[in-house]
Amino acid sequence: MISKKHIPLAATLAVFALLYAAASVSFEGFFSVRVFTNLLNDNAFLGLAAIGMTFVILSGGIDLSVGAMIGFTSIFIATMIQRYHVNPIVAIVAALAIGSLLGASMGCLIAWFKLPPFLATLAGMFFARGMGLIISMESIPIKSGFFKAIETFGYNFYPVTTIVFLAVVLIALYVAHFTKFGRGVYAVGGSEDSAMLMGLPVSRIKIMVYTLSGFCSALAGIVYTIYTTSGNATAGTTLEMDAIAAVVIGGTLLTGGVGYVAGTVVGILILGTIQTMITFEGTLSSWWTRIAIGGLLLLFIFLQRFIQTRAQGATRK
Amino acid sequence: MMARIKSSKLIWPLLALIVLLALNGFFTPGFFHIEIKSGRFYGHIIDIMNQAAPVMLLSLGMTLVIATGGVDLSVGAVMAISGAVMALLTGKSGVFMPAGLLLTLILCVIAGTWNGLLVSAFDIQPIVATLILMVAGRGIAQLLTQGQILTFHDSSFAFIGSGSFAGLPFSVTVVLVWLAVTAVLSRATAIGMFVESIGDNTKASRYAGISVNTVKLFVYAFSGLCAGMAGLLVASGVNAADSNNAGLYYELDAILAVIVGGTAMSGGRFSLIGSMIGALIIQTLTTSIRAQNVPVEFALVVKAIVALAVFLLQSDAFNKMFAGRKAGV
Repeated sequence: MISKKHIPLAATLAVFALLYAAASVSFEGFFSVRVFTNLLNDNAFLGLAAIGMTFVILSGGIDLSVGAMIGFTSIFIATMIQRYHVNPIVAIVAALAIGSLLGASMGCLIAWFKLPPFLATLAGMFFARGMGLIISMESIPIKSGFFKAIETFGYNFYPVTTIVFLAVVLIALYVAHFTKFGRGVYAVGGSEDSAMLMGLPVSRIKIMVYTLSGFCSALAGIVYTIYTTSGNATAGTTLEMDAIAAVVIGGTLLTGGVGYVAGTVVGILILGTIQTMITFEGTLSSWWTRIAIGGLLLLFIFLQRFIQTRAQGATRK
Repeated sequence: MMARIKSSKLIWPLLALIVLLALNGFFTPGFFHIEIKSGRFYGHIIDIMNQAAPVMLLSLGMTLVIATGGVDLSVGAVMAISGAVMALLTGKSGVFMPAGLLLTLILCVIAGTWNGLLVSAFDIQPIVATLILMVAGRGIAQLLTQGQILTFHDSSFAFIGSGSFAGLPFSVTVVLVWLAVTAVLSRATAIGMFVESIGDNTKASRYAGISVNTVKLFVYAFSGLCAGMAGLLVASGVNAADSNNAGLYYELDAILAVIVGGTAMSGGRFSLIGSMIGALIIQTLTTSIRAQNVPVEFALVVKAIVALAVFLLQSDAFNKMFAGRKAGV
C-alpha cells in the first residue's frame, strides 16, 4: 500500500503511463526509443527551468522570471560569441553567473524586504526580458566550432541537452532529499514561522532557493541555445507558466512544503507527450496543447484538493 | 493637513505620475501640446489616456480581486476570448452589434464566475485557479479563430475603440463610466467593505457573518466582465481579433497598476483611483520612452525598476529600516 503523501506522485505516474500507452496504441511508431529520446531532448530546457521552479514552489514562493531568463541567456551567449568572439565556455560561465546573480537579487528582495515573491520576480521578469531585447531584437545564429562539436556529439552519441537535463535531475534529487538545504526548503515551505523558531536560517534558505532557480533557468537558456544553435531574445515567452503547470501536475502543492522533484520530471514528460501526440495526430492544431494542459491542471488540482480534505478529515477524527 | 496628505496612500503614486509627466515635459518638446483637429483633441497626453484604457478597465476588476487577497491571472486570456467571440458573432455571423456585445460580455462573466467558483467553492489558491483559465483560455481563443487574425468591420463597433466623444477618445468615456459604476458598486453599497474585510481577515469576516464565498464569486465575475470590456476595446481599436497576441502580458500590467496604485498584494484596503493612476504611470512610462528615440524594449527595464521602487516604498520592512534610522526609534 502506498502512503498518503505519495498518492499525487502515483497519480502523476499513472496519468503519464496511460497517456503514453494510449499514444503507443493509437500511433504507429510512438513506442520507440527515438520518440522517447526526442521527448527528453525537446523538453530539456523546460525541464531545467521546472526543476529550479520546484525548489522555489516547495519553499512556498514562485518565480515568474524563468522564461525571460532563458531569452536573456540565449541572446547573451549568441552575442558574446558571434559579435565579440568570446570563448563559448567563458560566455556560458558568464551567463550562469548572471542568472545566479539575478536570482540572488530577487531572493534578497523577498527575504529581506518581505516583497511578495510574485511581485519581486515579476519585476525580475520585465528586467531580464527588457535587457535581452536591448542586446538584440533579432535572433542571431551561432556559427562556432564548439557548438558544432556539441551538435555532432549529439548525432553520434546522445544529445548533450538531454545529458545535462538528466544530470541536473540526479543532482536535484540528491539536494532535495539528502541535504540540509533540501530539508530546510521543505521546512520553510511547510511553515515559515516554525522553521524560524526551529532556528533555521530562513532568509538564507530563501535567497539560496531563488539563486538556484536563477542558475537553473540560465542553464535552461544555455540548453535552449544549444538546441536551436541560435540566440533569440523572445525565447521562453510564457514558459514560466508551462514550468509552473509541470510542477503542479507533478504533485507539488503551490502552498509549499509538499512535493517531489521526481514528480516534476514526470510532469514534464506528460506535457511533452501531449505535445508529441498532437504532432503525431497531424490534424490537430497547436492550441489543443494549451487546452489539454489547462484540463490536466484542473484535474490535478482537484485531485490534490480531494486528498487534502480527506487527510484533514482523518486528523480531525 | 500635512499629516493627512502624508498618510494618504495616493500621494506616492500621484507624485510619481507628476514627476514622470514633468520629466516628459522637460525632455520631449511639445509633450503637453494639444491640438484640436475637426473637433477632436490630439497630443501625447490624449494618446496616453487612450492607450492606457484597456489596462485601466482590467485594473478596476483586478483591484477588487486583489483586495480580497486574491489575484486574477486569466484576464489577458479572457480579453483574447472576448475579441474572438465578438469577431465570430458580429464579424462573421452578422449578429446585431449590441446583441453581440451583450453575448460576449455574458460569456466573459461566465469565465470570471468559473474562476470565482474554483476560488470560493473549491477553495483553490487564486494563482492556481486562474492559471488554468490563463493557459487554457488562450488556447480556446486560438481555437475560435483557428489561430488566425480575424479582421472584421462594423462601423458602430469600431466607434468604441476609435471614435471620439466630447473631443476625447471614446475609450476615455468608457473608462470614466466604468470607474463610476465600480466606485458606486463598491463604495455606495457594503460590497467594498466586505471585500476589504475579507482581504484583511477571511476567518474573522466569516465569523462576522459575511458570505465570503458570494463576495469572492462576485469579484472574480466582475473581473471577467472588466476583461471582456478591455478585450472588446482592443479588438475594436484594430478592427480585428488576434487570439495569439491580444491581451498578452496585460494581466501583469494590470496587477502592476493595482500595486503601484497602493493596494497591497496581501489584500485589505483598496483604492480604485490609485489603480487608475497606476495604469497611467505604466502607460506614461511606455509612451515617454517611445518618444525618446531609445528602443521600446527599454520600457520593460524601466518598468521593472519603477515597479521595484514602488514595491520597496510600500514594504514595511524597508520603511522600518529607514524610519528607524531617522527617528531613532
